[in-house]
Amino acid sequence: MASINEAIGFLASRLRQIGIFIALLVIVILFQVLTGGALLQPNNVSNIIVQNSYILILAIGMVMVIIAGHIDLSVGSVAAFVGAMTGVMIQSWDFPWWAAILGGLVVGALVGAWQGYWIAFVRIPAFIVTLAGMLIFRGLTQIVLGSRQITPFPTEYRALGGGFLPDPSGGTSYLEWVTVGLGVLATLFLVVGQMRQRAARVKLNVEDEPLAWFITKLAFMAVLILGVTYLLSSFRGTPIVLVVLGALVVVYSAVMNRSVFGRHIYAIGGNLHAAELSGIKTKWVDFYLFVNIGVLSALAGIVFTGRLNSAGPGAGNLFELDAIAAAFIGGAAVQGGIGTITGAITGGLIMGVLNNGMSLMGVGTDYQQFIKGMVLLIAVAFDVMNKRRAARSSK
Amino acid sequence: MNQNILEMRDITKTFPGVKALQNVNLSVARGEIHAICGENGAGKSTLMNVLSGVYPHGSYEGDIVFEDGVVTFGDIRDSERSGIVIIHQELALSPYLSIAENIFLGNEQQKNGWIDWQKTNLEAAKLLARVGLKDNPVTKISDIGVGKQQLVEIAKALSKEVKLLILDEPTAALNDEDSAHLLDLMRHLKEQGITSIIISHKLNEIKAIADSVTILRDGRTIETLDLKTQAVSEERIIKGMVGRDLESRYPDRTPKIGDEILRIEDWTVHHPQESSRVVIDNAHLNVRAGEVVGIAGLMGAGRTELAMSVFGRSYGAGISGRVYMHGKEVKTHTVRQAIDHGIAYATEDRKKYGLNLLEDIKRNISAAALGKLAKNGWVDGGKEIVVADEYRKSMNIKAPSVSSLTGKLSGGNQQKVVLSKWMFADPEVLILDEPTRGIDVGAKYEIYTIINKLAAQGKAIIVISSELPELLGICDRIYALSAGRITGEVAIKDANPEILMQYMTQEKE
Repeated sequence: MASINEAIGFLASRLRQIGIFIALLVIVILFQVLTGGALLQPNNVSNIIVQNSYILILAIGMVMVIIAGHIDLSVGSVAAFVGAMTGVMIQSWDFPWWAAILGGLVVGALVGAWQGYWIAFVRIPAFIVTLAGMLIFRGLTQIVLGSRQITPFPTEYRALGGGFLPDPSGGTSYLEWVTVGLGVLATLFLVVGQMRQRAARVKLNVEDEPLAWFITKLAFMAVLILGVTYLLSSFRGTPIVLVVLGALVVVYSAVMNRSVFGRHIYAIGGNLHAAELSGIKTKWVDFYLFVNIGVLSALAGIVFTGRLNSAGPGAGNLFELDAIAAAFIGGAAVQGGIGTITGAITGGLIMGVLNNGMSLMGVGTDYQQFIKGMVLLIAVAFDVMNKRRAARSSK
Repeated sequence: MNQNILEMRDITKTFPGVKALQNVNLSVARGEIHAICGENGAGKSTLMNVLSGVYPHGSYEGDIVFEDGVVTFGDIRDSERSGIVIIHQELALSPYLSIAENIFLGNEQQKNGWIDWQKTNLEAAKLLARVGLKDNPVTKISDIGVGKQQLVEIAKALSKEVKLLILDEPTAALNDEDSAHLLDLMRHLKEQGITSIIISHKLNEIKAIADSVTILRDGRTIETLDLKTQAVSEERIIKGMVGRDLESRYPDRTPKIGDEILRIEDWTVHHPQESSRVVIDNAHLNVRAGEVVGIAGLMGAGRTELAMSVFGRSYGAGISGRVYMHGKEVKTHTVRQAIDHGIAYATEDRKKYGLNLLEDIKRNISAAALGKLAKNGWVDGGKEIVVADEYRKSMNIKAPSVSSLTGKLSGGNQQKVVLSKWMFADPEVLILDEPTRGIDVGAKYEIYTIINKLAAQGKAIIVISSELPELLGICDRIYALSAGRITGEVAIKDANPEILMQYMTQEKE
């Protein structure tokens, strides 16, 4: 009996994190039924991943910025600018595809350094600096492009946005084994990693997660990965961008949880004064955060440009809002200090599945906007009320 | 008419898993000043929240009888309408509004929905006169000090026709002079027939002002003592609060003082906004290994400013002067440099400047010296837990685990986390700014013990405190600060409150 109460107490304390997974699951099941099974068709799952990849990349940078107590409104414009610049590099300057991608990332870093300078050292609020950046880089995109679209791009460049890992069997086998192999590897990586972490926590006597819940969670995640693997391998295999995204999630989750830099981001967002008085170089942390989101915006711009096979003046419009929404639906706190990479990714997927599901059903963009807005509001309202309840019960 | 204005009968309040109050009884006689004492977590705030309707009727058991009948408040406005006003420790004033606007906030003096400014300011001036505040009612709140802000809160309460005024730690943030003024005002209000309840940790104040005192411990009423008719010593009250005799409020220590560690010379600091204003004026001080040095000063004397300007120039502009460690001049221009040279500063305002309340104990403890737990920029989480748990045990931090959020700890335990953080940074000089503010007697004793232990390890300790008995109880030497100048240096054997107060109030010739 006591263990059941303990388990319930634990689940309640993780309500937000679990809640968002359940929300994603419910939305997936709902649209699977409403679309008569079209949602989880192999080609559609592949589509959802590719279509949302650039928003998810942006969401990673955005949630980090939000945790530190800032915001970035310029990511859409920066993505467009970098897309345009890579186009110019390839078409006018005859850069090879890899140099253009590298050059694009460097441009992103420079843009981030520019904004980071004003935010971190001149102490202008990020809202203002990036609002200005939103206009500046949209303007620069149009100046660079004139009024034309740059197209086409080399096949290798396009692969990042729309390509798949090569299938050694030449597409003859029923299941594409590179994808299966990757899926199984990822699952093993997850299970072994989680078990090792748990063992370490148990050894230190700080584990508060009930074993049954741990196993359920792990089994669920393994089934999820293997399910997606199955669906992908019966279509065209693994989108290259999924590999990139997976690597980003793993690396950035580790950075946020285990690196000194990540800790400093949480410290700054949780209490800036205390962080300063603890000797944390808060200005440099802010600066590098914006360099980081500049690079991620550049990557998102390259992926997007590659997928469309064109760089246009209107690219990336409103990306910033989707990325911000993803972070907040994923549990980031408006005041900073709270948020996770996986939360933002889940939030981004919720938005993506909603978009895709409604499009499949033929719901107009008018209703789509309305529903997405309501989802954002409800998610944050749920957070706020949950926090208030917690505060009251701890008084 | 009932002789008691307030009776709380058998109040029981349960939170999930905890009984915060258990059959608490409180009787407050009409027109008296009634003190409530108890360690942190004894249930004082919970009891007052029940009374003022923060916890609405139905969420607790028992009856509240106010004036002549049982009352059932649904929220704070209900209780205010009946004449019960509570003034919290953290003042609820809007800094950019005027005194008058704050007084009538939510109760605007209006004509058909338009503010009647003349009436607002006129009525405010009358109320200010009643609390003895001479400032202009149109002055912004941010332009007056904490002591005066406290008085504005009381004026605001008076505007609501208060019958029962509850003050939660009203003097915690005030200097001795402002505290004395506030206590005078409470006596004055008593003459006007206003009943007051005062929650305080400062027993000398309670003895000076209260007619009776109710002691709470672990959510129960222990006793109510009548202070008018019988002589009750502070030790007697403490015994009730902690349930044991405290032989001494300050642990014994035999100082073993070594060589000088920190010396500050010609230290001058200007105000960050008004660069012509001198906040610290040519200060000299030093502290030796194993020594506990106190800095005494009234509010506004520049104690915190002195400490923070030395600690990485966290305060002030136009700073000049020299800082020596072990006789060698060092640069402390950034907090990082100061920490690297072995200086630590534990702030007076732990919630605002000391802790990340969104994070757990271990991450707060490691915050100032994360490098010690990291290799190539990656933190060793296991080691962090081990280290934090050692501090949790040795400092007696009361929490289920080092993964508990610091925002949920009591003041005393939060302070222990702040101290742990700086002990882990392993400095040679520890500057402790008001280390026992807002924490209860038992935890204070523990903090003093920790200070002694650190001194015994050869650390140099500087303690800044508003409470003279505290400085006299734990220091080896005390500097007095007045208007930014060090006006006196007294060895403990020569020190007494009178001599210190004389230095602390010394004007510039």
